[in-house]
Amino acid sequence: MTKLLRYFIITGIILSLSACDIAPLKKRDGSSAGSDQQNQYSTDGDSTGKYSSGAELSVESLNDPNSPLSQRIIYFDLDSSQVKENDRNIITTHAEFLVAHPDISIVLEGHADERGSREYNIALGEKRAKAVKQLMTLQGVADSQIQVISFGEERPVALGHDESAWSLNRRVEILYTGY
Amino acid sequence: MLKKSLLIIFSWLLAQSAAQAILTIEITQGAEGAQPIAIVPFAWKGKGERPLSLKSIIAADLQRSGQFAPLAERDLISKPHSGSEVKYKTWRALNVGYLVVGSITRLQDDSFQVQFQLLDVFKGRQLAGYSIRSLNSGLRRTAHHISDIIYKTITGEEGAFNTHIAYITITRGKDNKKRYRLAIADADGYNEKIIFSSDKPLMSPSWSPDGTRLAYVSFSHGRPEIFVQNIFSAKREKLVSFKGLNNAPRWSPDGKYLAMTLSRDGNPEIYIMNVNSRKLTRITRSYAIDTEPEWLPNSEGLIFTSDRGGTPQLYEIPLRYYRASGRAKRITFEGNYNARASVSPDGRYIAMINRTQGRFRIAVLERESGLFNILTRGKLDESPSFAPNGRMIIYATEERYRGVLAAVSVDGRARQRLSFNKGDVREPVWSPFTMNK
Repeated sequence: MTKLLRYFIITGIILSLSACDIAPLKKRDGSSAGSDQQNQYSTDGDSTGKYSSGAELSVESLNDPNSPLSQRIIYFDLDSSQVKENDRNIITTHAEFLVAHPDISIVLEGHADERGSREYNIALGEKRAKAVKQLMTLQGVADSQIQVISFGEERPVALGHDESAWSLNRRVEILYTGY
Repeated sequence: MLKKSLLIIFSWLLAQSAAQAILTIEITQGAEGAQPIAIVPFAWKGKGERPLSLKSIIAADLQRSGQFAPLAERDLISKPHSGSEVKYKTWRALNVGYLVVGSITRLQDDSFQVQFQLLDVFKGRQLAGYSIRSLNSGLRRTAHHISDIIYKTITGEEGAFNTHIAYITITRGKDNKKRYRLAIADADGYNEKIIFSSDKPLMSPSWSPDGTRLAYVSFSHGRPEIFVQNIFSAKREKLVSFKGLNNAPRWSPDGKYLAMTLSRDGNPEIYIMNVNSRKLTRITRSYAIDTEPEWLPNSEGLIFTSDRGGTPQLYEIPLRYYRASGRAKRITFEGNYNARASVSPDGRYIAMINRTQGRFRIAVLERESGLFNILTRGKLDESPSFAPNGRMIIYATEERYRGVLAAVSVDGRARQRLSFNKGDVREPVWSPFTMNK
């Protein structure tokens, strides 16, 4: 009985210790946490050469086309507001940058393709933008740094009427206020 | 002889707007079994220039209804102008059931007396005869009024010819910038008037049940907000502007409430606002998207779009005293997408956007029987709206990638397309009957 109890206590301690290990990943201070994530994501393969944590990027890099921060569009599948696995590192980079620069704020602009109901598409655009926002706030970005707006299908970037255009229009744009 | 006299003076209170959009109506499918009717050009009894052709307007109205097949002018065997001149026998030989004859007399510079008679060819007698006074500017409306009288006398149902449509147009300026306009026009597309114009998106117009106001969504301040505008005085008021979505306004049948979609409490939910007190009542609670509320007759419930089951479907929630009085239940099961409900004024049908095999078309559900029918043949059909007599549904479609309007009868037998000469047209909403009363 006591043996079993001790077993549970020890397991509990180990579990809470590992929880502590994970926690800094989500916190603002952990620069090592940032590079951990970088290692994790750089294997995904679509980084632009030398990848650095968003936390280490300067404000100037916002205007640098070679900066990972220049990737500012997240694309979505039909009917879906689920962020694709491949796009999570883009969001993470921006989140890290925003955590390191709490005075900078962004607008997440949600969009949908032209098909179906306009009002549903406005709601879907908002849901997509909020899905991106949630991933950012989970990584420590302050709620006040992110504004969400949806244009639904009203502002397409591609004007065609087939899947190649529609897939470009189902998107969330990350817009840096004042940059 | 049955003869009523009506004095109707129509005055169009709206300021005359600039550049008129030119609209063409193409009957893409006439109904089988439409009733042949002969409309003789009205006699002109006056000096000076002959006013516009009432006959053409009436014939086009009746043809669009899908229930009548007006004779071409060249097929008219004679051109009588009053019942006493009609030789019924010769018209019977043409197998034409009904005959319309009439005349226009100038009273003063700007006003006319229009007389007409509707005759039953086989019975050889008059069914209706009216004398209507009309201003020059109101002659088109007088023609629609005559169409309504003919339609009601023969079918027993209200005609919807003297009603209006509201819609959104999008054009590109010389600077290639988009220009959005909220416009209204007669139900046959003539007399377009611009209600509001902006370089930011406009969407979701909804008529107040007395036909004097439009609620709509405008992005003029950079995000969606609900405005209400009087179409005569052009007085415009921002009604709803919470954080997040302020969308999909729909007026209650009594005009005292607006149903709408707000995401101020997190995600899009349906609310009802008392227009006078601005008091809000929340109707739905789900983690999914709930939007596009539409009223059932007598405010006994709302139909709305929700993706709580995965993809968007229509749900019905009962109301009592403008509060939810039961659980929402799903009412559509055909295809993997049903949205944007429009309820017929008698509550018998619900029109919607249906997606089946990747095509978006207008479908109609008969509420009592559950019968579900896809009515249209496009790929990107949207925004259905019932005519106030419940016989036709107007909707938005595309023609060579340009937004145009089209209409289809509830039984799918009559079809027509309304195309403007410029830009895209979308989100048509048919006015209630009461606009001119």
